[in-house]
Amino acid sequence: MAKFGMVIDTTKCVGCMDCVVACKTENNVPEGFNRAWIVEDVMGKYPDLHMEIRSERCNHCEEAPCVDVCPTGASHYSDIGEVVLIDHDECIGCKACIAACPYDARFIHPDGYADKCDFCFHRTSKGKNPACVDVCPTHSIHFGDLDDPDSEVSKLLKSRKYHVRIPEAGTKPKIFYLT
Amino acid sequence: MHELSITRHNELIDPTLHIWSWQIPVYLFIGGLIAGMMIISGYFLLKGRAREAKCTCFQLPILSIIILSLGMLALFLDLEHKFYFWRLYTTFQVTSPMSWGAWILLLVYPALILNLLLRVPVFILNRIPQLGKISEKMNAHPSTIKGIATLNITLGLMLGAYTGILLSTLTGRPLWNSSVLGFLFLASGLSSAAAFVHMIAKTAHERDILTKADNGFLTLELVIVAFFFIGLLTSSASHKAAADLLLTGPFAAVFWVFVIGIGMVIPLFIQSLAIKNKIKHTVVAPIMVLVGGILLRFVFVYAGQYSHWLIHAGLFK
Amino acid sequence: MNSISRRKFLKISGATIGAAVLSGSMSSFVKGADNKINKKDIKGIQKIPTYCAMCFWRCGAIAHVKDGKLWKIEGNPDDPLSKGRLCPRGTGGVGTHYDPDRLRSPLIRKNIRGEEQWVEVTWNEALDYVAKRMIDIKKTYGPESMAMFHHGIGATFLEHMMKSYGAINFGAPSFAQCKGPRDVAFNLTFGETVGGPERTDIENAKCIVLIGSHIGENMHNTQVQEFSKAVANHASIIVVDPRFSVAASKAKYYLPIKPGTDIALLLAWMNVIVNEKLYDNEYINKYGFGFEQFVAQLTSYTPEWAYPETGIEPDVIRKTAREMARYKPATLVHPGRHSTWYGDDTQRSRALALLNALLGSWGRKGGLYQPTWLDIPAYPYPDYPKSNKKKLDNPDEKYPFAIEEITTGVREATITGKPYPIKGWFVYGTNLPYSLPQPDKTIEAIKNLEFLVVVDTIGSEIAGWADVVLPESVYLERYDELNNPSFKVPYVGIRQPVVDPPGDQKPNYWIAKKLATRLGLDKYFPWKDIEEYLDYRLQKVGLSLELMKEKGIFLAPEQPIYYEDGVKPYFGTPSGKIEFYSLQLEQKGFDPVPKYTKPEEPPAGYFRLLYGRAPVHTFSRTQTNRILDDMMDTNKVWINKDVADHYGIRNGSFIKLKNQDGVISNKVKAFVTERIRTDCVYMVHGFGHTSKMLKGTYMKGADDSRLITQVKTDPIMGGTGMRVNFVTFELEA
Ligand SMILES: Nc1nc2c(c(=O)[nH]1)N[C@H]1C(S)=C(S)[C@@H](COP(=O)(O)OP(=O)(O)OC[C@H]3O[C@@H](n4cnc5c(=O)[nH]c(N)nc54)[C@H](O)[C@@H]3O)O[C@H]1N2
Ligand SMILES: Nc1nc2c(c(=O)[nH]1)N[C@H]1C(S)=C(S)[C@@H](COP(=O)(O)OP(=O)(O)OC[C@H]3O[C@@H](n4cnc5c(=O)[nH]c(N)nc54)[C@H](O)[C@@H]3O)O[C@H]1N2
Ligand code: SF4
Ligand code: SF4
Ligand code: SF4
Ligand code: SF4
Ligand code: SF4
Ligand SMILES: [Mo]
Repeated sequence: MAKFGMVIDTTKCVGCMDCVVACKTENNVPEGFNRAWIVEDVMGKYPDLHMEIRSERCNHCEEAPCVDVCPTGASHYSDIGEVVLIDHDECIGCKACIAACPYDARFIHPDGYADKCDFCFHRTSKGKNPACVDVCPTHSIHFGDLDDPDSEVSKLLKSRKYHVRIPEAGTKPKIFYLT
Repeated sequence: MHELSITRHNELIDPTLHIWSWQIPVYLFIGGLIAGMMIISGYFLLKGRAREAKCTCFQLPILSIIILSLGMLALFLDLEHKFYFWRLYTTFQVTSPMSWGAWILLLVYPALILNLLLRVPVFILNRIPQLGKISEKMNAHPSTIKGIATLNITLGLMLGAYTGILLSTLTGRPLWNSSVLGFLFLASGLSSAAAFVHMIAKTAHERDILTKADNGFLTLELVIVAFFFIGLLTSSASHKAAADLLLTGPFAAVFWVFVIGIGMVIPLFIQSLAIKNKIKHTVVAPIMVLVGGILLRFVFVYAGQYSHWLIHAGLFK
Repeated sequence: MNSISRRKFLKISGATIGAAVLSGSMSSFVKGADNKINKKDIKGIQKIPTYCAMCFWRCGAIAHVKDGKLWKIEGNPDDPLSKGRLCPRGTGGVGTHYDPDRLRSPLIRKNIRGEEQWVEVTWNEALDYVAKRMIDIKKTYGPESMAMFHHGIGATFLEHMMKSYGAINFGAPSFAQCKGPRDVAFNLTFGETVGGPERTDIENAKCIVLIGSHIGENMHNTQVQEFSKAVANHASIIVVDPRFSVAASKAKYYLPIKPGTDIALLLAWMNVIVNEKLYDNEYINKYGFGFEQFVAQLTSYTPEWAYPETGIEPDVIRKTAREMARYKPATLVHPGRHSTWYGDDTQRSRALALLNALLGSWGRKGGLYQPTWLDIPAYPYPDYPKSNKKKLDNPDEKYPFAIEEITTGVREATITGKPYPIKGWFVYGTNLPYSLPQPDKTIEAIKNLEFLVVVDTIGSEIAGWADVVLPESVYLERYDELNNPSFKVPYVGIRQPVVDPPGDQKPNYWIAKKLATRLGLDKYFPWKDIEEYLDYRLQKVGLSLELMKEKGIFLAPEQPIYYEDGVKPYFGTPSGKIEFYSLQLEQKGFDPVPKYTKPEEPPAGYFRLLYGRAPVHTFSRTQTNRILDDMMDTNKVWINKDVADHYGIRNGSFIKLKNQDGVISNKVKAFVTERIRTDCVYMVHGFGHTSKMLKGTYMKGADDSRLITQVKTDPIMGGTGMRVNFVTFELEA
């Protein structure tokens, strides 16, 4: 069983938003909405500053509160890769999942259902990379099977320092940020 | 200095979450109110004190059905994918309070109808006279009455608690991450229900009973509120910041003045005087309790959406 | 300065290629584009190679067309510039095709210029009218009185048409508003320009020095890709910028320099390197000219001297100088690109060039490599008509080292009518009120015109001033000239239509040819259509249009690009060497070795206005693209937190900027941040549109150009230094 995850290198990312744009065209994300976004996290006082730039999206949490609270089962884990997916035809648009997500990763699609990053399931379920991974001009985003010790993502996590977003929320994110 | 700039600007999500407006607090309030009414009427039925509390026992079921339906309408209005509503009933999701709620509500209606059948309102009886017979039969068996009472109390407890638990399982919003929220909303539902009956009750005796009950509920509520804040304030920085939204932050005025002052402390004071016969019973106090109850839901729903794991994340969007 | 040789690249001949084509395998993943342009009826996904025009980098791209509709655009893996990954603008190019604000049919002005009242006309009417007006101007004033402003490769055929007509006055903002000072300085020093794509070997550099150059925000794709590789390789990065740029956040050393004082820093660095003998002695002995005289002039520029000027501490200056020397010659002091900053820009760029020379990085791996080029012969045209008038952009060689035309010179002549009147402008692909500083002067010049025709894709500000607006199809809907740059590998790329234009838009070559016919210039357009033209050129090097339509890119065999790999050093300077001491400059009365002049201080309560790029936009041209607007729909004014607190400006609140001449900007949001010095503010160029035709971006954000009412002109080459304006805040309720 594969467990899909992402490892994003904040030391290389320049915050160009190419990942966001590629996501948009690949997945026809409607105008006014984005499935991914960029955070510039700055600490310090000029000129002694540290800035971490992060490309963020749904963390495909292992303990996903959005799945737990969904009353219809529309939000679920996929069989391939344990990706958190939303079945549009089962979604009633109650927005509980949105409130449950500590990362604000979800939104309501203009057609009424909850939507978010799906790890480009139409690609990744067939062994391809997500669109944002393949577009990133700085090769900052890595995608793969966290359960496979030989995968690039696993190796990166073994050799580099990293953190996840808001670990205290207990969601066990599957997106890791290299620092 | 810590600066966070976020490029995301999704509607309803940014700069701060505002997925829920009036529909959800109204629905939660009504849910709590109905829960309270079911428990109170069930209690009197169970104790065989229906005669002492006629309103409670015999008017509430029909009122409950009507009011609850308004609440359900509010909930429906909030749904974004409305015509997939039926999907709620093709599955049961154990971890989802909302799924529990959907099924509880499905059971609440028959429970209320059974309760209603114990004393069918005249206007219905005129139209469907056969109901009179059924009612007579049911009333003939005390065990049936007790059964109905127990059913109403149980479902009432579940419904009341569910409205709070619903919020408390929404991990994303630190303000709601409290296990006492279920109790708080239940207690608030009970006090609202008591106040509501107090308002419509025709006899001084019934009013008196309910005022006493209400004072109990209000006191309980205040204690739970205290526990709620102690819980948040002793938790993470995000939880503390969330608590501060109500205690000192942008929602503090409404919270202190309307929810705590007008909704709990002042009516408690007025009602205590009334119980001690220092003043007459007045509808002012129960109205205050109801206003406080509804604003409690508004404040919690709005401030909760505003609260965030990233403290002040909204500021730099 | 025609004496300066501008292109002495290693050339590859057609014969080598023929062989390479035969042996080289065709990449099979790209399905060839159908010959017919109309692809509406084709079901399924077609992948059509082309090259991007969201900026001038020209990355190879593959457009994905699904059921006849443009779906997405990816990089072409064969392309040496993109290596299969476009930048956000290239990826978002989809939105340029679908832009609801596109011009749809030719327009002729109804009322007064600039009122944006139009009559929609047919192409025949529009072209007849343009031709008639051009003929009138030719008759009355001569063809020299019809000037052309252009930018980008799309201008090729229209420029050719204008030259055939007899025009001699041209101008592109890429010189006097962009890389002019840099190219002139490097040309003076090494006898060659830096070119574009810049000849920077970022990926192999062990130490990278960025003076301003905000790579990562400046999204020139290859630069960014290589920069991130260098970061991953732990290259030592030194960033000099008054603003904590994205690049600064990757740097080992961030030097928060006082704006306008870079020459002082560069001189101090060179002083340290020379005093401590850290330079590449052998290299300088071999290739240097005037080194002793240069050294003699450096003595007083100690780090202690530079400190009060730049605000950079002496020990930091020493440390960073030693850091550069440590990694030489793989130390790249990036020449920058947009370099028209303070009017002393050629000298600053000279200092940059000399620092590279000291470190021996010119021509070396990890430095400024020697580009190669695939020599594709030009299409043979008859000679252009001769004129006895002189170009008027640079009268009497006032700016003696200008190696290209000066836009603002043409504008000035249009205002003064001297030495002869300019009565018509043909504008292609440059939004002059944005690209030229002092937009009031641009308007003043336009008011002197009898005729202004603008070819654009959207209703830009310059289109708003036109008499005739000709709507061009966007790059995804047309062929263009071959992309044949000098780069690390010799190659050629093709642009071809991937979808049909949504309205009555036409491509530039079509417009050029149709106009030529009307102007009686058919002999200059001997090719039947663009396919014939492109095929002709490609056949000359053993390629064909058919092949290129399928592959998109053809890579010729690699050539050495470093001295150490056998490239023979060649310096096109008068001395044939690297000119540390420039006799050329001295002869014309300029400093032969750069000197520092103090920049003007902002008046009390004013802040220097700086500007730059955002990764998701290109100048003033992408703001109506709905996808890119969704990424960033406005610029913001960066204000230091302490300054903002002092003025009571909250992050995200609206303010206006007022400059030293009382010009007030659109209202714009404040970005209150630690990431900038207290003596300047910063904004991204290209926002604050005032053309009503640009509905999607109308009045969003503020326009820096409007606030640039002052310039300092570079006396060496005529570039307009634009960071010499000061603004204060107008707080809004
Ligand atoms: N996304 C995107 N990328 C682009 C373009 C685009 O439109 N969009 N345009 C392309 C073109 S044509 C060009 S010319 C380039 C321009 O891009 P660059 O050549 O990188 O332009 P600069 O003016 O060097 O860079 C602006 C930076 O200079 C800093 N700066 C301002 N004043 C000073 C100073 O006095 N000293 C120093 N050391 N730094 C200073 C600013 O803070 C800012 O970070 O970008 C190219 N890349
Ligand atoms: N204030 C200020 N001025 C600057 C700069 C700055 O940073 N600040 N940067 C300077 C620099 S470095 C440069 S290189 C220049 C850039 O100057 P320009 O290249 O003139 O840039 P834009 O403002 O984008 O204007 C381009 C115009 O071409 C149109 N256009 C785009 N695509 C096409 C096409 O396919 N066909 C046709 N016919 N038209 C098209 C656009 O709609 C737009 O009107 O500006 C310079 N001027
Ligand atoms: S595309 Fe890559 S470099 Fe650009 S923002 Fe996304 S992760 Fe960062
Ligand atoms: S990031 Fe949010 S939406 Fe995604 S799995 Fe975690 S909780 Fe769910
Ligand atoms: S909005 Fe849809 S996906 Fe989210 S919890 Fe409700 S039903 Fe599930
Ligand atoms: S994985 Fe796919 S859906 Fe998710 S952010 Fe990347 S491109 Fe978008
Ligand atoms: S750098 Fe970006 S916009 Fe420019 S040509 Fe390349 S992909 Fe296109
Ligand atoms: Mo430029």
